[in-house]
Amino acid sequence: MSYDRLIFENSVPGKFAYSLPKLDVPEIDPSSLGTPIREELDLPEVSEGDLIRHYVNISTKNFSIDKGFYPLGSCTMKYNPKINENVARIPGLSKIHPYQPQSTVQGSLALLYELQEYLAEVSGMDTMTLQPAAGAQGELAGLMIIKKYHELRGDHHRTKIILPDSAHGTNPATTAMAGFELVEIPSDEDGSVDIEELKAVIDGNLAGLMLTNPNTLGLFEGHIEEVTQIIHDAGGLIYYDGANMNAIMGRARPGDMGFDVMHFNVHKTFSTPHGGGGPGAGPVGVKAFLREFLPVPLIEKEGENYVLNYDLPNSIGKVKAFYGNYGILVRTFSYISTMGGPGLREASEMAVLNANYLMERLKKTYRLPIDKLCKHEFVLSGIQAAPNVSTLDIAKRLMDFGFHPPTVYFPLIIPEAMMIEPTETESRDTLDRFMDALEAIAKEAVENPELLHNAPYTTPVRRIDEVYAAKALILTYKDMLNEKN
Amino acid sequence: MHRYIPNNGALLQEMLEKIGLSSMDDLFVDIPQELQFKGELNIPGALSEMELLEKATKLSKKNKSTDDLTCFLGGGVYDHFVPLVIDHIISRSEFYTSYTPYQPEVSQGTLQAIFEYQSLITQLTGMEVSNASMYDGSNAAIEAAFLSIASKRKSNILLVSQGVHPEVLEVIKTYCHFRQIEVRVVPLNDQGRTDLQKAQELMEAGVASIMVQNPNFFGVVEDIDSVVKFSKDHKIMSIDYVDPISLGLFEAPGDQGVDVVVADGQSLGNGMNYGGPYLGVMAMRKKDVRKMPGRVAGLSKDVDGKRAFVLTLQAREQHIRRFKATSNICSNQALNMLVASIYLNTMGKKGLREVAIQSASKAAYLKKALLETGHFENVFSGPNFKEFTLRYKGDVDALLKGLEEDGFLGGLNLNRFGRDGEILIAVTEKRSKAEMDAYVDAVRRLS
Repeated sequence: MSYDRLIFENSVPGKFAYSLPKLDVPEIDPSSLGTPIREELDLPEVSEGDLIRHYVNISTKNFSIDKGFYPLGSCTMKYNPKINENVARIPGLSKIHPYQPQSTVQGSLALLYELQEYLAEVSGMDTMTLQPAAGAQGELAGLMIIKKYHELRGDHHRTKIILPDSAHGTNPATTAMAGFELVEIPSDEDGSVDIEELKAVIDGNLAGLMLTNPNTLGLFEGHIEEVTQIIHDAGGLIYYDGANMNAIMGRARPGDMGFDVMHFNVHKTFSTPHGGGGPGAGPVGVKAFLREFLPVPLIEKEGENYVLNYDLPNSIGKVKAFYGNYGILVRTFSYISTMGGPGLREASEMAVLNANYLMERLKKTYRLPIDKLCKHEFVLSGIQAAPNVSTLDIAKRLMDFGFHPPTVYFPLIIPEAMMIEPTETESRDTLDRFMDALEAIAKEAVENPELLHNAPYTTPVRRIDEVYAAKALILTYKDMLNEKN
Repeated sequence: MHRYIPNNGALLQEMLEKIGLSSMDDLFVDIPQELQFKGELNIPGALSEMELLEKATKLSKKNKSTDDLTCFLGGGVYDHFVPLVIDHIISRSEFYTSYTPYQPEVSQGTLQAIFEYQSLITQLTGMEVSNASMYDGSNAAIEAAFLSIASKRKSNILLVSQGVHPEVLEVIKTYCHFRQIEVRVVPLNDQGRTDLQKAQELMEAGVASIMVQNPNFFGVVEDIDSVVKFSKDHKIMSIDYVDPISLGLFEAPGDQGVDVVVADGQSLGNGMNYGGPYLGVMAMRKKDVRKMPGRVAGLSKDVDGKRAFVLTLQAREQHIRRFKATSNICSNQALNMLVASIYLNTMGKKGLREVAIQSASKAAYLKKALLETGHFENVFSGPNFKEFTLRYKGDVDALLKGLEEDGFLGGLNLNRFGRDGEILIAVTEKRSKAEMDAYVDAVRRLS
């Protein structure tokens, strides 16, 4: 077999990889199932050995955090501790059905309850739900809570959500999905909320404001109390996007800043593995006055017992079946337990130190639009000595040096943005080598920009024709065969 | 000082000096004094590996797992066998510690896995396109419902069968409430199938789609041909929420004329994990691809002409289209999607059919044996696949409690969904004749 094929191209009639015991009851006649039966099931036929080689070989074409440094701004690509995987696989914690009687899952409910307490402590919120499956679903649950709050007060006219133009793409999309209107306001030059712009769009239709703090440029929003005051005075609620929580654990809390609702991205802040794009989990925290709107069930403690509480008449309902991405929440619990309160603070402190350490040296070679103390990340904007070299070329060339590129072209308010977030789990040595690479690339950009433009050279494939992909729309193996014919 | 944080002690001081600061506090001077959190977060720790393993094991012993109790519970989550190769493959760091494949040159493993998953799902469902997965079945269902609304001008009503999983229905109602979309629930007939005559009465111009689950929540196999005919007659979309295992036997919904197939992919090799993470499956016709939410990978080539995969059609997605995006979804369940692909490749052409046959045969065996005890009545006359609903003549709670003491998760008491006296029982290929006979004996003893 070739190691560079699709699994379908390795299929040979008659091969198989499964094993099942012999059927020990009478076999049914499929025609008794009351539905048309398919003649042919078109799935690959491979042996177990073929299957393993296939996946091992394609896996080696991936970059991963266990292989190298991922300075992706806004993504918090920290090391994924191995014990979290072991804990999540303990049979007594994982081989459980969501509809088991509550008396048979007291260990899991205790774990989830304890996790809620930890998250409330880190955030300064009063009550948590663990139900949302990801940050974006957490945002949605949060905005639904805000909408329900206004509805119950008879404030049906409160339909406007304000967002700074530096917001993550999920924020505006979530606003639409929750049935709100969007009002975008320009940020001031360091990405903070422009108080005058904010005041100008406040009116009686205000439902709320969504914000990250530190903001998308990695800067702490200094006048946050003024912002929350303005929103609250106008009858609105304020939502905290927890994407940047890794900057402030044990140093500041959204609840103390005046936020009413927030979500965590546990795959960022609490080290659960990204898995190539998921699964994550997006727990949501609220202040006490919003508890009645949380999705059901709440996980609560009654005496010595842990219970699922469905008795919440004003609840928004459910955003996801069952109780959340439990397997990921177990990893979150495991991580927080290995860190403890002081460990989480140390993580944020070192994440911030690592970011400032990078920024201080890189600003000599790269354009740094805002030169201020940053938090866990900062944004560069091209090479000083080679202003015409694109961020894309720099990013692609970094791959040849063995690094994953930073987040590029975000936030949208900085041209040629390159957003760098080192996290606390990178050593100084790694950071130094990363900066050596970026400086070498800056030199190449002056001497031989074509070299960058054609990069990468050493990756499993080189630059890909994305326009062709969108035009040809070959999305399956069958499409591929049709294209050939 | 923590084992996951490499810079400490003298190194840390040196780094601070390099940036002209003298203490960690200097890094946080931009946070207003009154907002600075003083003191320690009240979170116990930091536990050593030994301590955490001990704590977690202790918690696990307060659970009873499906190693302790033989599982006849279903209701959307099933105790199918998980082939051992799966955990070996998904435990590779290259898969589970990689990021979203936005930089395709260093993400070909994940991208090829997505392309293969899309191919497998389209072959299984008889559809033309699939996305790279969504959060779970409930999420795929609501996204499909929204897609139908977006596809028909001035539509604002959904028909959803009573046979759709009650928690999925609740998610649909939650999302729809905030978008002023009306959900009309189509009741079941005596067979336990979606009553299309009642659906007819609920029709009006604003209806965008009809959604059924097959086999439905109560275990009854639906008449998909009639649902498709109904949807075509009324020019609305048909959405079929399937059990992927059933497609080892059932005609592909795409070949039956269904417009959108959705599913929860748990049963494709994902452990039960107390409700998640699983994956949401979504597949449809190519003509609708630009309205499809979620990630999609496509085939392309690199500058040297080498085959390569890349995320495509990103113009639909939130990070590009923002307020006008088709959905706010930003991730996929990549690792669970990988699990589903490995499962389908492991079972292959013959194995998936065998799982379906075995599950259905065993369910038929158990249903017959339970009815023969005389303590149950059949609730619906329609055909079943691997799950069925019975009415118990005694106290369901007491029966289930007794079964639990005898070592069984005996089934789902449907009183939680307002159906007193009814119990939903699921049987997978994992259940042996001996286990089922023991279960029936226990029922006799307890009744």
